[in-house]
Amino acid sequence: MSPTVAVILALTVGTYAFRLVGTYAFRLVGPVLHGRVELSARVQELLSAGAVVLLVALLATGALTEGGGFAGWARPAGVLVGGVLAWRRAPFAVVVLGAAGVTAVLRLAGVA
Amino acid sequence: MRTAERTSSLAVLRETIRDASLVWLAGGIVGVSFGAIAVAGGLPVWVPIAMSLLVYAGSAQFSAVGVLLAGGGPLAATATGLLLNTRTAAYSLAVADILGSGRLARLAGAHLVTDETVAFALAQQDPLRRRTAFWVSGLGLFAAWNTGVLIGALAGGALGDTDAYGLDAAFPAVLVALTLPAVRKEAGVRRSALFGATVAVAVTMTPGVPAGVPVLLALAGLALYRRGATA
Repeated sequence: MSPTVAVILALTVGTYAFRLVGTYAFRLVGPVLHGRVELSARVQELLSAGAVVLLVALLATGALTEGGGFAGWARPAGVLVGGVLAWRRAPFAVVVLGAAGVTAVLRLAGVA
Repeated sequence: MRTAERTSSLAVLRETIRDASLVWLAGGIVGVSFGAIAVAGGLPVWVPIAMSLLVYAGSAQFSAVGVLLAGGGPLAATATGLLLNTRTAAYSLAVADILGSGRLARLAGAHLVTDETVAFALAQQDPLRRRTAFWVSGLGLFAAWNTGVLIGALAGGALGDTDAYGLDAAFPAVLVALTLPAVRKEAGVRRSALFGATVAVAVTMTPGVPAGVPVLLALAGLALYRRGATA
């Protein structure tokens, strides 16, 4: 087996295992919590909050950093404009295209 | 009641397709650049294509191929990719009851668990709407990503530098738009997310920390989460 094939296989199996483990863990925990809907709802809320925390951390590092350093001003400026648009309840498309547009224009103007 | 449910399900379908189509387009373009980068770097055409179908995780694919092309070796490439994907375990816990009850739904749905699909699902309020949003955004993204990679691997670098279009700002903006409702609604989520994101950014800027670790450390923010603390 070539090293490249090994990398693809290991990543495939490992990633799928990560994706599956949560659904089965949840299923195992479910019957234990049976009849205790209040606790189950609390667990679900905590899990949702955990997912949101991960997503916000991902967007923050994605907006601000590149390869372990600062990403430059153009990208965070675009994301910030997108954030303001989202806060003002602009449509999804306006938020995303606004962010990309501001970043593209800033780069065109020579801002890294 | 039944009619109302159906109407709401249709509305969610339309809304998800409308919003997700932009994410599909962006995902497709990033896919083209992934295919092009991998092939331009000297990997055979089938590598990015197979990787995208089987691994199906954008950031992990970019990092693994990056490590391979930089001569980092197969072990480092695998470790980097897997570390980046550990977060999907937390996602799959969060969407476990959204996927559907059958075994097939669980097995197929697990493969579609990505940052985007989880964000789309959690942005909806009730379970039925969440399920629709997850599957519609997920199937579309899978198709768009793999089509993009195929085109990129075959056609090469016709797109040029995608940073010029501001595409790198689009992905964080998508997550801003999808997580804002939850962050806005609950003070507990707001505190946790703010603290977690600060930790993640600080650790990312720290030299020598492997990719994937900073975002996982953000979960420490959950220590500030208390239920029922509404805005």
